[in-house]
Amino acid sequence: MSKYLLLRHLEVPDLHNIKVYVKHGGFAGLKKAVTRLQPAQVIEEVKASGLRGRGGAGFPTGLKWSFLPNNLWPHYVVANADESEPGTFKDRELLERNPFQFLEGLAIASFAVKAHDAYVYLRGEFWQQAVFLDNCIVEMQKAGYLGDKLFGTPYSLRIHTHLGAGAYICGEETALLESIEGKIGQPRLRPPFPAVEGLYSKPTVINNVETLANLPFIIENGASKFCEYGTVKSPGVKIFSLSGRVNKPGNYELPLGATFRELIFGLGGGIPNGHKIKAIMQAGASSSIILADDKALDTPMDYESVAALGAQLGSASVIVIDDSVSLDWLINKTVHFFKHESCGKCTPCREGTYWMSHLTEKVLQKDRSAEDVQLLNTVARQMQNKCLCALGEFSIMAVMTAIERFPEDFTVTNGR
Amino acid sequence: MNQTAIKYAREIEALFAKYPEEHRQSAVMPLLHLVHQDNSFISKHAINDIAEIVGISTTEVASVVGFYTLYHDHPEGKYRFQICTDLSCALQGADEFLRALCAALEIDPGGTTKDGLITVEEVMCLAACDKGPLFQVQGKDGISYHERQTVESAMQTVQELREQEKHE
Ligand SMILES: Cc1cc2nc3c(=O)[nH]c(=O)nc-3n(C[C@H](O)[C@H](O)[C@H](O)COP(=O)(O)O)c2cc1C
Ligand code: SF4
Ligand code: FES
Repeated sequence: MSKYLLLRHLEVPDLHNIKVYVKHGGFAGLKKAVTRLQPAQVIEEVKASGLRGRGGAGFPTGLKWSFLPNNLWPHYVVANADESEPGTFKDRELLERNPFQFLEGLAIASFAVKAHDAYVYLRGEFWQQAVFLDNCIVEMQKAGYLGDKLFGTPYSLRIHTHLGAGAYICGEETALLESIEGKIGQPRLRPPFPAVEGLYSKPTVINNVETLANLPFIIENGASKFCEYGTVKSPGVKIFSLSGRVNKPGNYELPLGATFRELIFGLGGGIPNGHKIKAIMQAGASSSIILADDKALDTPMDYESVAALGAQLGSASVIVIDDSVSLDWLINKTVHFFKHESCGKCTPCREGTYWMSHLTEKVLQKDRSAEDVQLLNTVARQMQNKCLCALGEFSIMAVMTAIERFPEDFTVTNGR
Repeated sequence: MNQTAIKYAREIEALFAKYPEEHRQSAVMPLLHLVHQDNSFISKHAINDIAEIVGISTTEVASVVGFYTLYHDHPEGKYRFQICTDLSCALQGADEFLRALCAALEIDPGGTTKDGLITVEEVMCLAACDKGPLFQVQGKDGISYHERQTVESAMQTVQELREQEKHE
């Protein structure tokens, strides 16, 4: 078996060149889907693979596709390449170095839901990646992998790129759709869900770049082959973006269920400068912070095991915090981020992130009081379950778990 | 006269082909990017033009400009150095890098150099968290990343841009 399913460019030089990609089996999955399978069969295969969304929410991909009604047309597929969660940089590597596998996956998804136009929404900062992707799309067209009558069948498909312009909230799927429609990126009320009323009010599938990049393997080799990787409930592999206080930061592909220890101390080379690991943020700035004791380090990184630690795997962006970092400083950073990125549509999040940032600044001061910390915790708890979209909920995770799990960083007399 | 429509006639045609005919509003963001790239900001005039091109109100276009951080509605430096000071980068010394670079350029964060060439801004995560400290440069060539930076390497980029400017 090849070492990688997704980061295959680490083994195959120049995989971003279409000739090299084809030579290494590229587009075999797409060809098989379009020429030998019915769209419904593709959906069934993906369902059987147990593939879950890699954008953060972990929703079963095949199931999501099956929600599209068959009496409303056209259908659209949108690839989410907004990648703006602090600590996350995996989709960017795929776009730059294994772009055709992602595009092939997007084409397979489009065929499965009978879409003839697909959009790739890239964060505005991915300007060069968008230019590059546009070239890749042209090359696929020239080679007959996109356009009219694919592989001599009646199926036709076009892929278009659309650049955002700097807004984390546009990674949220309904805000993303608003943004493609040329509006400000504020989430929509749900229901209706995008599967029924999505882009231009038409049935729409939205999937993360990494999710889509898994599809060529699944279709070419079958669901059972895919399930040989990972755990029973979390099959497949995952790209872990490793950053923070670690010797070898970077993207690492591992089967779901590998442990934090394998990632951080094995591949990541441990903690620099003789420091000890203190905490783990495994879902970027949106994490519930995990206290990095032996039990946590030996926990398998899959959706269920991480949930059992009182956290969520999310986008699997593992930020390592060492014992020189105080968490009052850290949550001031994360809250500052969410305050900046709150779209302002609903009051609990707009006002809550504003007040939390005021309080995290205060908590950072030498003369902070126990009341300041308590008030911060109260504001966070008051926001819980009241926000219109998940951004508001994300913003309180680190705050509440830091105060709860690392009380020593919030005492009034810890040397301040 | 709609200057923007004339200047970008070819691009507008391509953009309209990309989105369904009844959804030309989708061309707003790409058009704003074009204008921003050429002028390093988006003027009121351009906002009016774009509103007319896609057939929506000026207010709607202006609100899009206001919402997204990569659009600016007033002129500053020709090039914007956008330094990530978010969590992972801060753990790698990005705050110190920002201060040191600003000191070397004799400006405050958010400020513009005397020659009007460079504005330094603090930004949120740029999806390159393993390669901090880093910044992107937003200017007439679009956006480019400069990773694993030191004040010396950043100042070298500044120097190159200053040289380039002299020859234009
Ligand atoms: C505030 C916010 C930001 C998000 N950012 C991203 C993102 O950058 N990339 C992404 O794929 N999903 C992001 N998501 C999740 C998407 O809403 C959506 O669940 C995902 O794109 C679905 O694709 P998947 O099922 O393949 O994971 C974000 C969600 C929220 C609430
Ligand atoms: S929770 Fe925050 S980001 Fe989400 S809709 Fe409300 S204000 Fe906007
Ligand atoms: S935190 Fe700076 S690039 Fe992600």
